[in-house]
Amino acid sequence: MPDIKNYTLNFGPQHPAAHGVLRLVLEMDGEVIERADPHIGLLHRGTEKLAESKPYNQTIGYMDRLDYVSMMCNEHGYVLAIEKLLGVEVPERAQYIRVMFDEITRILNHLMWIGTHALDVGAMTMFLYAFREREDLIDMYEAVSGARMHATYYRPGGVARDLPDAMPQYLESRWRKKKEADRLNQNRQGSLLDFAEDFTRRFPGYVDEYETLLTDNRIWKQRTVNIGVVSPERAYQLGFTGPMLRGSGIEWDIRKKQPYEVYNRMDFDIPVGTNGDCYDRYLVRIEEMRQSNHIVRQCIDWLRVNPGLVITDNHKVAPPRREEIKADMEGLIHHFKLFTEGYCLPAGEVYTAIEHPKGEFGVYLVSDGANKPYRVKVRAPGFAHLSSMNEMSQGHMLADVVAIIGTQDIVFGEIDR
Amino acid sequence: MSTSRQELGRQQLADTLRAEFGDKLDTVTLAYDEVSVELSPDNLIEVATALRDNDAFQFQQLVDLCGVDYSQYGHAEWQTEDASHAGFSRGVDDAASMGRLQFGDELESLVAKGRRFASVYHLISYTHNRRLRLRVFAPDDDFPIVPTVTDIWASSDWYEREAFDLFGILFSDHPDLRRILTDYGFVGHPFRKDFPLVGNVEMRYDPERERVVYEPVSIEPRVLVPRVIREDHRYLDDAPEEAQD
Repeated sequence: MPDIKNYTLNFGPQHPAAHGVLRLVLEMDGEVIERADPHIGLLHRGTEKLAESKPYNQTIGYMDRLDYVSMMCNEHGYVLAIEKLLGVEVPERAQYIRVMFDEITRILNHLMWIGTHALDVGAMTMFLYAFREREDLIDMYEAVSGARMHATYYRPGGVARDLPDAMPQYLESRWRKKKEADRLNQNRQGSLLDFAEDFTRRFPGYVDEYETLLTDNRIWKQRTVNIGVVSPERAYQLGFTGPMLRGSGIEWDIRKKQPYEVYNRMDFDIPVGTNGDCYDRYLVRIEEMRQSNHIVRQCIDWLRVNPGLVITDNHKVAPPRREEIKADMEGLIHHFKLFTEGYCLPAGEVYTAIEHPKGEFGVYLVSDGANKPYRVKVRAPGFAHLSSMNEMSQGHMLADVVAIIGTQDIVFGEIDR
Repeated sequence: MSTSRQELGRQQLADTLRAEFGDKLDTVTLAYDEVSVELSPDNLIEVATALRDNDAFQFQQLVDLCGVDYSQYGHAEWQTEDASHAGFSRGVDDAASMGRLQFGDELESLVAKGRRFASVYHLISYTHNRRLRLRVFAPDDDFPIVPTVTDIWASSDWYEREAFDLFGILFSDHPDLRRILTDYGFVGHPFRKDFPLVGNVEMRYDPERERVVYEPVSIEPRVLVPRVIREDHRYLDDAPEEAQD
């Protein structure tokens, strides 16, 4: 037997399984991990510092770019903090729209997660399936905000505009025949709500497809069962939130326990795991997709029959309508002040947390009374999760590190900020 | 209904904190439905351990820890009170504005000594469904030290590294206090208020030397919207005189 010496392996920062720019320095004994030291910060853009230099409304767009696979949820955390300090009331319809898009975003995030996680572990097909559904969800983003990813749709006091009555259509082109375009446009004939409802009808069947591929798959189970086991006590200690916490068997969901917007009117369940391994976290997230789909459906039903304001009519915070700007002096002044100076928040500090697809997304906002934040701290769920990498991967094989990165649902936009 | 119960719970938490710790806590405040506690670093470990283990509190998790630099708190670049009869100044020629700083510029602290750097902790109790904020000011502005809480909540490890990296707050007895977010070999603590927004160095690939080189920043610092503080609260109140017009 030749001697096997300990050695150090550098994993990333440019590695497809590193989910972005993670550099892992692994101390290995053969193929077994002895110590994992993640080096992060390669995507650090100083979002919080930039936010200090801009009026509040101009910072919402930065929030999209934190966790760039669940854009609107990031915005939600930030606008909630502003609203809490300002004491603005959000119209009911806007609250329903926000809940609906939060859940659309959750599905969007979990689809990205299942696709990449399965791809890392060796199931290529999942990635293609997940992106097929993501396309529809991203189309909803596009219809409502004009942007397919970085929507900047949530605003303090509500949302930027009401849901559109028509969906964008595919056009016939050199690459897409008329027949093909017509087929794609089939469920896009009605409003955004019609399109979303059609999606919620189809989606449970898609989740069944994913489960057929993975849940009882021998390879998938070999790669995830008993990998990265975290006990409930350690989950508390390590700062786990969201599906990571629920996977360890703790029944906790901010949407239920500290409800915001209209979540207290929604009917949904909290899935909880038992073993705290990668497989349980997989089951939790799969069930979350089904629950989110159910919530989206409830929002659609409400939104269909309840028209109304989608942003507060307090013009110190939200701009007046175009006609008012043109016809009314007061409206013009409001518009001018709002877009040149912004609004001042009262001095104070708040911490707001939402149930982000990845866990607890918190915004700690300190204001000294100015039109720009004094300090913004974004509490990103992934940061705490990644910090447990050393503990979770110790004693596992190199290939399991990839499964653990996948199960943590790492996205560097929010970790490095 | 449940809201008032939660309010009661917060009031109760504040009272229990005062009764339990007495003068070990400097202040206990309840604002915006949140309980915040300010305490000196000497009492931090004792209080934090009790907050985790005592049945009345059971704050199992440290959700967040961050540094704050209070040195420019309340600084505005544009006069608002006497501006209307004296005419508006150009709001953009204040050299003390963070956005216009250059590297190496000194900035005077506007707060009292020992009130500049704070470490802020956000705790959550899953048993009682409660949140709590702790704030600890580092006594020395030039060499801010706060004891580490890694032995109480393991999640504080990286958070303290981040606060050290971005603010230069040192956490005594931290097992591994390295920089975390900034580049290898970075100079300074970027989230301090006297660190310029445009930064210090920029990086590019030099085709002649065939490697990456660092150079002083070439971009000019600028401010598009001046920082304004308005004390008149007109953004808050639905004042009756507004309804008339």
